[in-house]
Amino acid sequence: MMVALALIALATIAYFTARSRSVALAGGDASTLHSRPVYHGFYAFFWVLLPALAIWLVASRIADWYISSSLSERFSAVIESLSGPQAGAFINDAMTLASGGRIGFPDDDKIAAGEFVAGLQSAAFWLVAALVIGVALAGFFYAYSRIEPRKRTRQAVERVVRYALIACSVVAVLTTIGIVFSLIFESVRFFGRVSVFDFLFGYHWSPQSAFEGAGASTADDNSRVFGAIPLFAGTLLITFIAMCVAAPIGLMAAIYLSDYASAGFRKIAKPVLEILAGVPTVVYGFFAALTVAPAIRGWGEVIGLTVSSESALAAGLVMGIMIIPFVSSLSDDVINAVPQSLRDGSAGLGATKSETIRKVVLPAALPGIVSALLLAVSRAIGETMIVVMAAGLAANLTINPLEAVTTVTVQIVTLLVGDQEFDSAKTLAAFALGLVLFIITLALNVVALRVVQKYKEQYD
Amino acid sequence: MTDPAPNPAIAVGAATDDRAARSTRTRKRFAAERRFRFYGLAAVLTAFGFLILLLSTVIGNAIPAFTYNYAQLPVELTNEKLTPENAAEFDFRKTVHAAQLSLFPDISDRAGRRLVRGIFSSGTPIVVRGEVAANTDWIGTRQIIPVPVSDDADLYLKGLVDTDLPESQRNISDAEIALVDQLVERGLIERQFNTIFFTNGASREPEMAGIMGALIGSLLTLSITLLLSAPIGVLAAIYLEEFAPKNRLTDFIEVNINNLAAVPSIVFGLLGLAVFLNFMEFPRSAPLVGGMVLALMTLPTVIIASRAALRAVPPSIREAALGIGASRIQTVFHHVLPLAMPGILTGTIIGMAGALGETAPLLMIGMVAFVVDLPAAVTDPATVLPVQIYMWADFPEIGFQQKTAAAIVILLLFLIAMNAIAVWLRSRFERRW
Repeated sequence: MMVALALIALATIAYFTARSRSVALAGGDASTLHSRPVYHGFYAFFWVLLPALAIWLVASRIADWYISSSLSERFSAVIESLSGPQAGAFINDAMTLASGGRIGFPDDDKIAAGEFVAGLQSAAFWLVAALVIGVALAGFFYAYSRIEPRKRTRQAVERVVRYALIACSVVAVLTTIGIVFSLIFESVRFFGRVSVFDFLFGYHWSPQSAFEGAGASTADDNSRVFGAIPLFAGTLLITFIAMCVAAPIGLMAAIYLSDYASAGFRKIAKPVLEILAGVPTVVYGFFAALTVAPAIRGWGEVIGLTVSSESALAAGLVMGIMIIPFVSSLSDDVINAVPQSLRDGSAGLGATKSETIRKVVLPAALPGIVSALLLAVSRAIGETMIVVMAAGLAANLTINPLEAVTTVTVQIVTLLVGDQEFDSAKTLAAFALGLVLFIITLALNVVALRVVQKYKEQYD
Repeated sequence: MTDPAPNPAIAVGAATDDRAARSTRTRKRFAAERRFRFYGLAAVLTAFGFLILLLSTVIGNAIPAFTYNYAQLPVELTNEKLTPENAAEFDFRKTVHAAQLSLFPDISDRAGRRLVRGIFSSGTPIVVRGEVAANTDWIGTRQIIPVPVSDDADLYLKGLVDTDLPESQRNISDAEIALVDQLVERGLIERQFNTIFFTNGASREPEMAGIMGALIGSLLTLSITLLLSAPIGVLAAIYLEEFAPKNRLTDFIEVNINNLAAVPSIVFGLLGLAVFLNFMEFPRSAPLVGGMVLALMTLPTVIIASRAALRAVPPSIREAALGIGASRIQTVFHHVLPLAMPGILTGTIIGMAGALGETAPLLMIGMVAFVVDLPAAVTDPATVLPVQIYMWADFPEIGFQQKTAAAIVILLLFLIAMNAIAVWLRSRFERRW
């Protein structure tokens, strides 16, 4: 932290000295410089900051590596006397003690190791700090000596800026790569314990009974409790209910707003629908669990049906409400993209407005509407909070919407929340589920976007 | 004269049947038209109805939570061990219990005493300690301190307990109700604005639980998100819109960003768990990691909005700047970017509003911590407002149900404020070229 502040201070000083130096070299008339004084300033600024930052990253990595290797060398006798996980805990505890933290079971060895690490760390800190500041100063003097009126510092600075721009746009790609690799990496570890076939096509899901530990029966037991079919079925059931609500309401609302409503009504109605889209999902979850689920249960009792208090119907209904604005705004775009000439032609033949919409506009907009619905399905499959709060945990394989079902996202949350152990088949299963979720939603999106694009070209 | 005037020459004899049939068909068609129109209106109104139902449920549940019933408790601060120095750590339990019993001098048996204690919040000693620590000159005197009643007594006082139910089916017994009624008759109960709710962190007791911890957590998390996603998003948008050559790599980046915008938020949580926590070993439950995950999640939104804003700046601006000798970078940073700024800010604020309401990815990285202390740094364990709502919604007490609704109202107020700022920015600074 101190080093970072010192670096920023140095770089700022470098900026101002280099700027005034360039003006002084030009004899007070900045217009004789090749680059404006600001660029000379930034030139020095970058020369101070960037090499020093690079050195800092590398040097602190090396220091960390050196400390941990000399720790395990110095205390090799102690570490060898401990079993695998305990040795790891010993090193962790030494690190914690060194940084001033408290640990569960301190003993003499650990305290000695902690002091050893603390000594090394403070030495390493000063070494790294001196190195970084040294590099920064060297950068400053180099840049300062290079300043002259004809120096093309603007080009140099702009090159740095351009690389920074490229680096920023690569972050999005890195995120995707990070997602794909972390999901695949953990999933591969999971599929090392449970076969892909058992996971994708198994009928029984009860990860809490997964057997952890050594033994020939582990794999057999685990392949029987990690069958994800009930989760997929539950997800599909809830998504289906949600689409039964959202598709007709969203589509009809879009038609009404684009072809019937007056401009004034549309001006009010559209933002109101957007509010529905802006409500956080946790609020919908609260609504589903507190109001909708008990209400459905009550109605069920009145007409003599037993309704689970965590019924798929309640979660699906509320999820449908959440998706209405999504469907309506996407279909609105699509319906508006149908050329007016088609409508005029139909009206000229004597068709009523609804006939025009049903027989001309909707068929023309059909590919777009289908892809809007696909996007909505992908949204519903990935939705988490509503189902976590309102759907159940028991993996029932049923198509009865009055029973409790569970979904992929609910299971990811329950497998990972509150569990600190990251190596069990249970937590790895969450990543495998995440991979399935990612692939399905990605496929839906790619298909939907393709369709929309093709369709757009048709009328452009 | 384009009106299709009926031609009387055709309308003879057999044609009348045809006309009658035509008019019934027309009537049917018009009826279908009206029906269709009605369905459309019904769909819009249904959506409105859902929104109204949602908001009224939340607000209806939230209103009771904004006030609380406090009892005027006469506390004798005369314990000789109590000094101004140790007031902040002093154990006020005995003092408070004595004060509570002093309100009911005729009760002396054990069960009665427990009953008396039961109508006050179990957090009373903490409240008294806070008051005394803030006013150390009270020590040695007798002070009337308003303290919260228990949550069941509070619900009863607000009329939210059905007293017609048999005693076994409600949380407050007849004897407790009698004690509370006695306090009301003596004018010792006062309904005040619920300050505890706005100043405390999490608690297992509904009357002591507040949203301050979650608010600070949300603020810290959102600051990290903003610091990361705004500059990275804007710079990426500038590159893609102004500099990127049209080739396969930039096409790939574009497709990538569009797909990233549609990845379920929980997958970002898994990414954070695997990369930031397991691989890079950042602290669990920290706003730092939460902010980073949310930044990655909002990045596509910011990039897409910023690109749209940059695209809306007309090329003539760029050509003019280039024409008088500005470099391309100067053109963008001195001329295009300032003009695109309102649009970029609007997009960023909307992205931030989305991040503020996000819950699922934060559950993955352990921000479900039960944090009593208020977080002070981005590496402290913390929770955020939506996660706090999720946690409270799980508690069975009715008191927590109201807290949940109240926290939702606060969250919605923040979201409305952010969106209002975005709308205002758009209307204030938007330029039509």
